[in-house]
Amino acid sequence: MRRDPNVLLIGEDIGQYGGAFGVTRGLIDEFGPERVVNTPISEGGFTGMAVGAALTGLRPVVEYMFMDFITLALDQIVNHAAKFRAVYGEQAQVPIVFRAAGGAGRSYGATHSQMFEGWFMHVPGLKVVAPSTAEDAKGLLISAIRDDGPVLFVEHKDLYKVRMPLPETSAPIPLGTARVVREGGDVSILTYSKMVHTAAIAAAELAKEGISAEVIDLRTLRPLDTDAIAASVQKTGRALVVTEAMGHAGPATEIAATVMDVAFDYLNAPIVRLTPPDCAIPFSPTLEQKIIPSVQEIVTAARNMM
Amino acid sequence: MTRSVPRPLDTPVAQLRAMQLIRSFEMRVDALFAAGELRGTSHLAVGEEATAVGVCAALTPDDYLTSTHRGHGHFLARGGDPRRIMAELFGKVTGYAEGRGGTQHMADYSLGFLGMNGITAGMMAIATGAAFSARYRKSGQVAAAFFGDGASNQGTFHEALNLAAIWALPVVFVCENNLYAMSSPACAMLHIANIADRAAAYGIPGVVVDGNDVTAVHDAMAAAAARARRGDGPTLLEAKTYRVLGHSRGDLCVYRTRDEEAAWRETDPVAGYAATLLADGTLDAAAWVALQEDVTREVADAEAFARASALPEAMVV
Ligand SMILES: Cc1ncc(C[n+]2csc(CCOP(=O)(O)OP(=O)(O)O)c2C)c(N)n1
Ligand SMILES: [Mg+2]
Repeated sequence: MRRDPNVLLIGEDIGQYGGAFGVTRGLIDEFGPERVVNTPISEGGFTGMAVGAALTGLRPVVEYMFMDFITLALDQIVNHAAKFRAVYGEQAQVPIVFRAAGGAGRSYGATHSQMFEGWFMHVPGLKVVAPSTAEDAKGLLISAIRDDGPVLFVEHKDLYKVRMPLPETSAPIPLGTARVVREGGDVSILTYSKMVHTAAIAAAELAKEGISAEVIDLRTLRPLDTDAIAASVQKTGRALVVTEAMGHAGPATEIAATVMDVAFDYLNAPIVRLTPPDCAIPFSPTLEQKIIPSVQEIVTAARNMM
Repeated sequence: MTRSVPRPLDTPVAQLRAMQLIRSFEMRVDALFAAGELRGTSHLAVGEEATAVGVCAALTPDDYLTSTHRGHGHFLARGGDPRRIMAELFGKVTGYAEGRGGTQHMADYSLGFLGMNGITAGMMAIATGAAFSARYRKSGQVAAAFFGDGASNQGTFHEALNLAAIWALPVVFVCENNLYAMSSPACAMLHIANIADRAAAYGIPGVVVDGNDVTAVHDAMAAAAARARRGDGPTLLEAKTYRVLGHSRGDLCVYRTRDEEAAWRETDPVAGYAATLLADGTLDAAAWVALQEDVTREVADAEAFARASALPEAMVV
């Protein structure tokens, strides 16, 4: 925001309150209410307004307090923002970032815990990013803001409270590039967002059993880094896909199909998708923990693939 | 994309010519559909020419406007090139969207024309955003958003009006109340007489105007635009008009009577304005005939251009 006066924030309770998760805390003091725009509860309206502002020279960053509420803005994201360039041509640039706080783990219940990135992976004209670390969040957000098209930026609300190192540099991380979190030779664990941390712990457990797991943080889900997927799975011969999003027709399915496209001949075992069961996210902490892929489930799944 | 300039609409004759161009263009499109020469559908603005022209006449070249599914008239009034609009209807590469958009999806940003769109009411939020950005950039621009009586029942309408109202954004919401949304009469789908009355709920002015009187539309729009430009916020402007043809191609209009249609034809905005200009001496009979012939030639030229243009070869992704 210091670098580009046309970058501004739009969302509910993002001013003095700092947003439901404190992400924008303090920004209104530095940039004022003109650039940190507190909106009514009006997701469809302010999303469309932000898209119109993006079309006419600004670079809005829109916040959805909970990703679940993005359903009310789908028309503006899918039918408007994502389509304008395709139908109106080069003249219609939509440099906008839709930041959404997704994910379960805090017992917020069925309407405040969902991961909807799979829907948006389906939409031509959108990019979809889901970082797992503070460093990636910073570098990817910079790229997303500088990108001339619409980007959905999925933040996992359970990661907000995790302290992580943050480099001083503001180097952008290119969208569409995965990151090798841990190298390994026996199985590729393909994942993103909070599940990266779960997978990393599982990989350490697996190492004790003599199973060498490679953990790939995909970071961007549209476009997928197919080269990174190919390189890893061609090496390990096994792919375990782990997501917090629902499995049926979800991101894990697309990632698994991509493995088939780029590494089928190298596979030594069927691809395994580890996702929650098809259900509304439950409230009870014990139930919620049960449905989210756990370290133990990842370890077991990987072991069974050997 | 080449830069275009908005159509000058500062004289009565220029306004009449623009209305006649829309009429002639739309009637030709209707005929082309009837003859099976065009595919898909289209929503024509016959009978609603005065709204498009009156509104555009009150805008400055830098202002923004957003359109609807029924947008040929808005685009022509603003200065869209009939050749490239017709080419788009034919799905040709020379069309505004190079064949990717079709009847409901054309735009020309050098005209501030941010686009027609197939999602009812969707562009009202986009225009609100253009107004937000104009204010943010202190550019002095105003945004105008066309929409229909049917669109006023979408949540987007209410959200856009509220946002524009609380921040006093420079936007004018122009409702073309043509009495129908497809087959649904406005009187059955709205529990109030005037859509403009809804403005009260947002604390902004609501103005009703005869949408078939280009001068009345212009004056009301000019006042609303001036208010917006002064920083006093949005206006909901309702232009009462009538959709003379069916909703879209192939609509037999079973939901209304032929008598009603005949009564509305009496209020024809184009013939009416021509009669006014003939009566007050602004235009003589020979000039009116010449104007109509000239417009007919322009539409024929647009069609010839479209026909002679190439079809797109491959989808550019
Ligand atoms: C979101 C959405 N719902 C429904 C439609 C189908 N539809 C297209 S035009 C129309 C009627 C719109 O009526 P109105 O707003 O009065 O505009 P008019 O056609 O009279 O110009 C309908 C229902 C649509 N295009 N988009
Ligand atoms: Mg209507």
